[in-house]
Amino acid sequence: MATLDIKGLRKSFGATEVLRQIDLSLIDGEMLVIVGASGCGKSTLLRLVAGLEQPTTGRIVIGGRDVTALDPSERDIAMVFQNYALYPHMSVFDNMAYGLRIRGLSRGEIARKVDEAAAMLGLDELLARKPRQLSGGQRQRVAMGRAIVRDPKLFLFDEPLSNLDAKLRVQMRAEIRKLQRRLGVTSLYVTHDQVEAMTLGDRLLILHEGRPAQLATPMEVFECPADTYVAGFVGSPTMNFLPGRLVQDGTAVLLDAGPLVPLLGRRIGGAVTLGIRPEHLTPGAQGLTLTVDLIEPLGSETLVHGRIAGITAESLAVKFAGAVPPLETLTVDVQSGHAHIFDAASGKRINSIG
Amino acid sequence: MRRPLDRPDYFAHIILILGVMLFAFPVWLVFAGSTQDPDAIMRGDLSLIPDLTNLSVYTRVLLHGTMGTEPVWHMLLISFGMAVAIATGKIFISVLSAYAVVFFRFPFRQTAFWLIFVTLMLPVEVRIIPTYAVMSGFALINTFTGLWVPLIASATATLLFRQVFTAIPDELLEAARIDGAGPLRFLRDIVLPVSGANIAALFVILFVYGWNQYLWPLLVSTDPSLDTIVIGIVKMIGQETQTDWSAVMATAVLALLPPVAVVVLMQRWFVAGLTEGEK
Amino acid sequence: MDRRTVFNGRLLPVVLLLPQLLLTLFFFYWPAAEAVWSSLTTQDAFGQDWVFVGLDNFQDLFDDPLYLDSAVRTVFFCLSVSVLAMCIALALAVFADRQIAGRGVYRTLLIWPYAIAPAMSAVLFLFVLNPRVGLLGRWLNRHGVAWDYTLNGSQAMLMVMSASAWKQVSYNFIFFLAGLQSIPRAVIEAARMDGAKGWRRFRTITFPLLSPTTFFLLVVNVVYAAFDTFGTIYALTQGGPGKDTETLVIKVFRDGVINQDIGSSSAQSVVLMLGVILITAIQFRFMGKRTLS
Repeated sequence: MATLDIKGLRKSFGATEVLRQIDLSLIDGEMLVIVGASGCGKSTLLRLVAGLEQPTTGRIVIGGRDVTALDPSERDIAMVFQNYALYPHMSVFDNMAYGLRIRGLSRGEIARKVDEAAAMLGLDELLARKPRQLSGGQRQRVAMGRAIVRDPKLFLFDEPLSNLDAKLRVQMRAEIRKLQRRLGVTSLYVTHDQVEAMTLGDRLLILHEGRPAQLATPMEVFECPADTYVAGFVGSPTMNFLPGRLVQDGTAVLLDAGPLVPLLGRRIGGAVTLGIRPEHLTPGAQGLTLTVDLIEPLGSETLVHGRIAGITAESLAVKFAGAVPPLETLTVDVQSGHAHIFDAASGKRINSIG
Repeated sequence: MRRPLDRPDYFAHIILILGVMLFAFPVWLVFAGSTQDPDAIMRGDLSLIPDLTNLSVYTRVLLHGTMGTEPVWHMLLISFGMAVAIATGKIFISVLSAYAVVFFRFPFRQTAFWLIFVTLMLPVEVRIIPTYAVMSGFALINTFTGLWVPLIASATATLLFRQVFTAIPDELLEAARIDGAGPLRFLRDIVLPVSGANIAALFVILFVYGWNQYLWPLLVSTDPSLDTIVIGIVKMIGQETQTDWSAVMATAVLALLPPVAVVVLMQRWFVAGLTEGEK
Repeated sequence: MDRRTVFNGRLLPVVLLLPQLLLTLFFFYWPAAEAVWSSLTTQDAFGQDWVFVGLDNFQDLFDDPLYLDSAVRTVFFCLSVSVLAMCIALALAVFADRQIAGRGVYRTLLIWPYAIAPAMSAVLFLFVLNPRVGLLGRWLNRHGVAWDYTLNGSQAMLMVMSASAWKQVSYNFIFFLAGLQSIPRAVIEAARMDGAKGWRRFRTITFPLLSPTTFFLLVVNVVYAAFDTFGTIYALTQGGPGKDTETLVIKVFRDGVINQDIGSSSAQSVVLMLGVILITAIQFRFMGKRTLS
């Protein structure tokens, strides 16, 4: 168990900058989820920490020890891979024991550690099997077991649930979280799935084009997204964005679509983007009028997609509790308290002052 | 017109049986002939029904040379040694070189690969004379070493292993590195076991390749004690007049048995290895 | 294609490559260089000194009607053997691919001949077709067919061709069968929905989809027929009667090993090497570097 400090980390492949300046500190036992679209550099970041790639500049410090120049095996870390990377010709026991054998542990100690991890993961009965005789969920557990037996300072998870079906993914997600809490091992977890990110992380690091877009707790990210990218990335369906400008001394936004939306507090700026989540648009009399494209009943709630003629090319989404009768048009109001204001040019969040 | 599902596809059976007979017939003929009186064969009185009481010709050719050749057991031994040496040697050097090319980055890696690759299709037949000169330079003429060492250098096996190794997922190497395995350990513990089926398949292919060599042993050895079984049998049929035909036929059967046995016994691996390797 | 992760180290990979590189150097590059050198020189009258003669050996070669005959004969031989071996193999593979009883047994019985040495196929053919000892050969002569491949050149050619093709059928069969099995079932089923049946389905769907296999096999068969058949031909006819079955490889052997004409034989080797390189280049050009990628 240990802290992790990443300082000024950059990585380029030839002329392509994959990671530009990452600074990060994890406290002991923390689980940080790195999330972003594919190609954002999240896997590279994980592989740099693992030592599978060498950074262009920057340092990686695990438990106070600078490991930047060390081989993966000397970093005292364990990694769980997306495709599990189990050794196909070895039994479950041997898969878990392999790293311990290389480290020269005694036979008895290896057996004890493997048995312990197997018991924790419910793999007791499967120790003699080969990976191909296991289900996806069981393979995933073996991959976890291989990480656990090593008793590492740091767990690295590289999209470990992507190869599982939806139901199993939810179940394993909860298991990983419980296990990580119980063992108290500092962890980095890479995923592209925002639900996984929200539910698993103590904190999230949202990466966008090699830069950290936001580093915060899941609720902070959801409630105060740092920019339009983060706002659009977190939450499902995604946040609606409406162009407009700050008026009335920064206390309201005049939308290009017509309506004036009063804000809580005062902001400084000119052209802005107003972000509003689908659940924060409520039917009203004199708000935005949408031409309805599609109504999607989801059971407990209903999504209505519609366009504002001449203003938005993409559909806006509105989320209703319960069922919705067939509609041609729909008029909605923006709930002022839930409006997010971003600078139109930079996309950065504009917070209210006072 | 639809054939009912339960009625056999007679046409397919007929074609396939004809095909099977096309290959089986000559071998059957030779086996039947081996059990018959040589003079009867000379007269053309060859029966297709083997005389199973008369198998003594096999012990005779195995233990004693006929028509001036070495005893068959000795020629089989040379063939076997040559085939095993070629198969093992080729697999050994090809695994190592393919491993270096796939799992390392070093200067001139591509050059090294191309140097090997260019020799892919240059069979020994096209470089008979100059290779002979090189062989005499190394004093390898009329030696057992000369029979197999020059034949183990070939690009085919290297290429195959390169393909097999490239297909090993990156994550497996990464997991092993995190587990603390170095290059040689990774080769021994992971790469070789994972490629076991390919190695077995290649062994079959190369064993047959080695066993079936004709021009090469003809070229590098004039010493009868180094005659392979293939060389030996061709020598036997060369003397058409004073031929002990049943002995020749028995020798032919014995020459065919080992490679055929290897192919049939390891058929599944061999077929998979052959088709995935060459394509 | 390059791996994402590799091992560090410079010395180890070189050590691992060394045996292969040395053997390649000694038994490929050195002989090849030697061949090129010998092909450009000739021995003086006393057999002592090498005299550089430029392309004279090649000039002589291409002026030699016997060499040109041999070249034409080789091309004819290669194409005939390839087509024959591939057609028989394809027919057998198509039927062995059907869902019929005992197909596993059929496959084994068609695959085992892979193990037969080219020289052994000559021995087996001799026992069947030799005019004096061969069962069929004697039968033909008894029934008024003057069959003797040791005297009749065309019959000799037919004989070596059949023996060569016969040995290669199982190799082709293995590949055609694998090719057929790799055609997605859905494609064949779609063709059935479209009403394509029997020969038409084979001609318009199956055979075109097999074309990568067919092309690959064509190259392999031509190379086989050009080089590996040395054993078959040499054991059956030694290139005779006369020069009627003398392919280029047999000629290199006769000229170089038996007649010790080093200059000409080296020039012939160089020509053959260029031929092989050409075939390889064609193969990779048209197969999209399949083996390489």
